[in-house]
Amino acid sequence: MSNTQIVSPKQDLIYMVVLSVVVLTMPIWLQPFGAAYPDLMQKFMIFGIFAIGYNVLFGLTGYLSFGHAAFLGVGSYTAVWSFKLLSMNVLPAMIFAVALSGLFALLIGYVSLRRSGIYFSILTLAFAQMSYNLAYSVLTPITNGETGLQLTQGDARVLDRMAGIEASAALPTPNLFGIEGIGYSGFYICAVLLIISFFIYLRIFRSAFGLKLRAIKSNQNRMGYTGYNTRPYLMTAFVISGMYAGLAGSLLAVTDPLAGAERMQWTASGEVVLITILGGAGTLIGPLLGAGIIKYFENIFSAFNDQVLQNAFSFLPDWLGHAVASVAGLFVGDGWHLTLGLVFMLIVIFLPGGVMEGITRLWRLVRSRTTSFDGNKKEQQPSTREV
Amino acid sequence: MSDYILDVTDVDKNFGGLRALSDINLRVKEGTVHAIIGPNGAGKSTLLNVIVGRLAPNRGRVLLGNEVLTGKHPYEINQLGVARVFQTPEIFPDLSLLQNVMVPALAKRDGEFNMSFLKSLFSEREIRAEAEHMLEDVGLIEHKEHLAGSMSRGDKRRLELAMCLSQRPKLFLLDEPTAGMSRHDTNRTIDLLKRIKERGMTKVIIEHDMHVVFSLADRISVLAQGAIIAEGTPEEVRNNPKVKEAYLGGETV
Repeated sequence: MSNTQIVSPKQDLIYMVVLSVVVLTMPIWLQPFGAAYPDLMQKFMIFGIFAIGYNVLFGLTGYLSFGHAAFLGVGSYTAVWSFKLLSMNVLPAMIFAVALSGLFALLIGYVSLRRSGIYFSILTLAFAQMSYNLAYSVLTPITNGETGLQLTQGDARVLDRMAGIEASAALPTPNLFGIEGIGYSGFYICAVLLIISFFIYLRIFRSAFGLKLRAIKSNQNRMGYTGYNTRPYLMTAFVISGMYAGLAGSLLAVTDPLAGAERMQWTASGEVVLITILGGAGTLIGPLLGAGIIKYFENIFSAFNDQVLQNAFSFLPDWLGHAVASVAGLFVGDGWHLTLGLVFMLIVIFLPGGVMEGITRLWRLVRSRTTSFDGNKKEQQPSTREV
Repeated sequence: MSDYILDVTDVDKNFGGLRALSDINLRVKEGTVHAIIGPNGAGKSTLLNVIVGRLAPNRGRVLLGNEVLTGKHPYEINQLGVARVFQTPEIFPDLSLLQNVMVPALAKRDGEFNMSFLKSLFSEREIRAEAEHMLEDVGLIEHKEHLAGSMSRGDKRRLELAMCLSQRPKLFLLDEPTAGMSRHDTNRTIDLLKRIKERGMTKVIIEHDMHVVFSLADRISVLAQGAIIAEGTPEEVRNNPKVKEAYLGGETV
């Protein structure tokens, strides 16, 4: 199932089935890892959607955007406004979020895609930071500035009122026709959306359109002399990835109906770059793995505190235990970014193709072992990157 | 007029103070092979760049049939039926050979932009068959699943030929298609180009290798210091004293 082979629809069907099963049974198989609680699993799904969308742009065309958090933010704000004005139903919220972030991506893409390489990256970064600052200052009437946009008792919720849902004492929660957006039901809403998102993304990967995007990454100059106007292709990829980010942003608002400007900050844009590269840019499921790994370790490592460490090293003599714990303390809790940085460095240096490259290498190793046992060595193809 | 598929009229091209091309007039008849020869720096590649739209001429115009090419983007010119191979092969190193040929074949079918992603590459049977046919033509079919970037230079050149041929261009421009090839590979390429000639594709070819030029060309233009100093059949050019002096420098051809 490598990127340079043309995959049959049957194989893709197997792919979709396996993915669906893996995703939907997460509450079971994540139990031993201590990650089977809905909040975290929802994060896996949401950042998975964000990352696969980002991969349509970065993985396929090679254009490195440093401003995708802007679309995430637009998605969140739109969703919360939809909750406030229209209905607590997540469906209109998602539709508006995707549409508006797509429109926003069209605007930013139109300007940024006039340049390529590092200039493109800088332009997207500048736009995202501008959006962030606007959300903090000038646009306070829309974004509620520092406090963040939240639900209140006095919200209009026109559609809900029309449907006869009366305001209760507690704030309402987002729902999909009665299915709550939090807890396990919330996870399943996100999971189904991830599966749908992945299906569309798979279609893009397998289509002639996807091939053309990959050809742009490989040799944009050749594309011009081959009769392609590359700008609209890049625009389409940019807008699609912006829409994915908008969907992810709206889902963040579903799990917690509150939108703050920090969601648009450049660190958030950097996170999705990190996720994609860590998992394997340009591979099919790399970004999903990256999202899972980063969100998992963020949760596990940042939950460690000094007390936990002291206990962990209590078998050592007191003075040594304190020393080890204080060193280890740098890498956990708030310092977990240090661990992330180290892991990222190791991956980029030793596995530039991300975790997926590691898996592919392992797979090859196993396969070449087994074939040599059989005594019929198959000739290896030169470096075709597996999905 | 309609006799000529390519019609270059009064083209000048300056780079700052340097005059790279002056008063170039070139007419190529449909279905012929026209060679452009000349010493290094004579402006051969510049002329090709003007034709494909990479460079805009300071004066003059280029016609393809009755279509004006001057001022159009390279992708528009390609869509009108002009394909080009480069001095150093321009391929897609990260794609398989088959995919390399599918991309131009898709350009021919889909035009300059088409974003439909409903159909998978697997079900693009016609395009795949076409691409496989082209790879067979250039003798690369057994490597079709290999990564293009891992091929030898000679193979990359032949791949580029297959990519251009898959578009069935009206006008095919070749910039030193045998540069850096072994004698064996050169002969294979000549055979290939001869076979295409039988299909009636018009070609403009820049070449240093006189063996290639004289075995392929119907007409030859000799470029020196940005101007065409001679034009004619291979026989005429071979015996032209001006050519002998300016370019061949006494070397027997």
